Amino acid sequence: MSKKELKVSKIKDGTVIDHIPAGRAMEVLRILKITGKEGFMVLIAMNVYSKKLKGKKDIIKIEGKFLSDKETAAISLVAPTATINIIKNGEVKEKKGVKTPDVVEGILKCPNPACISRVEHERVSSKFVKVSESPLAYKCAYCGTRIEENDIPKYLNM
Amino acid sequence: MRDFVDISEIDRSTIEHLFEVTDTIINKNLHKRKGSWLDGKNVILAFFEPSTRTRLSFEIAARKLGADTLTVVGEEAVSLSKGESFGDTVKMFDLLGDLLVLRHKYDGAAKYAAEIADIPVINAGDGKNQHPTQTIIDLYTIYRRLGHIDGLSYAVVGDLRYARTAHSFLLALTHFKPKSVYLVSPPQLKPSDSLIAELRERKLHFYLTEKLEEVIDMVDVIYVTRIQKERFPDPEEYEKVKGSYRLTYDMIKDRKGVIVLHPLPRVDELDTRIDKTKAAAYFDQVKNAVPVRMSIIAWVMGVEL
Repeated sequence: MSKKELKVSKIKDGTVIDHIPAGRAMEVLRILKITGKEGFMVLIAMNVYSKKLKGKKDIIKIEGKFLSDKETAAISLVAPTATINIIKNGEVKEKKGVKTPDVVEGILKCPNPACISRVEHERVSSKFVKVSESPLAYKCAYCGTRIEENDIPKYLNM
Repeated sequence: MRDFVDISEIDRSTIEHLFEVTDTIINKNLHKRKGSWLDGKNVILAFFEPSTRTRLSFEIAARKLGADTLTVVGEEAVSLSKGESFGDTVKMFDLLGDLLVLRHKYDGAAKYAAEIADIPVINAGDGKNQHPTQTIIDLYTIYRRLGHIDGLSYAVVGDLRYARTAHSFLLALTHFKPKSVYLVSPPQLKPSDSLIAELRERKLHFYLTEKLEEVIDMVDVIYVTRIQKERFPDPEEYEKVKGSYRLTYDMIKDRKGVIVLHPLPRVDELDTRIDKTKAAAYFDQVKNAVPVRMSIIAWVMGVEL
């Protein structure tokens, strides 16, 4: 991204999540459990023009936070086009795209209330297998119930 | 040793192998006398939901193969009623038995049990999800009556939302090349979006309709299911669809060559006057249950008959 396009301030140490599909920034914040009350600086840009996405995108910059693998996997489900930049001392130390996992464990909640993974006292971790890349779709490894791309945010269980 | 929990994972060659073994069992009358293939093995039959045909036929099948059977019926029979988890109960079965045959009210329970247990697990019905051994019985009955599965037209009728027998049957048809498949149900009992998507992904061509009369003259096999009252989250919803479809004697009396399947039990969806016609294949399904389940037990245990 060129300086001309950048409309939000830089961060010193933390994470920049770029190329989030427009309108999904709030979902990403929900995954990261960021409410704004945590005390660290969060910059959000929405509906910014993106050459890569040939349209609009959202950007989130978080000072002082680095993502866990589980958080990155969950972000990939709602923002498969996202890129994650790790910033240290004001410099981009690492830049990587997200990859939707083939198997997602403990992140999605099965929509089927009669699924064994929904029985609270059984403490069965949910498990979903990717059945379609584009549009993205997952299938419960236990009962076969599917979650289509548009419904993924609804069943995130972070 | 292997599991038998999901019909979509049982390929066509395995299904055809099971047909051949079942033929051998019937031709040699192996289901009429006690053998010793599974001498010294303990088969645990854990039925946490009501069952008549499935439990009895599994019990007979295991014993004819020479195994001892340990039957658990209902959650109150084990420590589940004391709050023990299902996972711990399966671990206990795993340590005591050589094969677990499981029926459970939760969808996916058999897959979960198969993850936990080292011994083979056979799914004898998990919630509204699947009933794969019933499907082999259904397919075998068709194969015995009509000689093949490919090239036939099928009407699968009734509760396509909650009937696990219908789900497994349709998924199994994706391994074959049926001429046409009609899914006949009232709107409230249509297959779930997940099942429809899965069938499409597996390239099964099917048509959805609400009226059996529209397709009855075009099919070779009519597979009727009962409305699964016990699976309805809301009893009022059941009342709305109760008695909404029925296969009558008049509907099939002039149809030559058609066969009618039903996994049983039935309520009012299948006219009892059909029982004495050549079309009735549902008592054949019951008759085939023991030899087919013997073939499945032998397959999971790695035993050749």
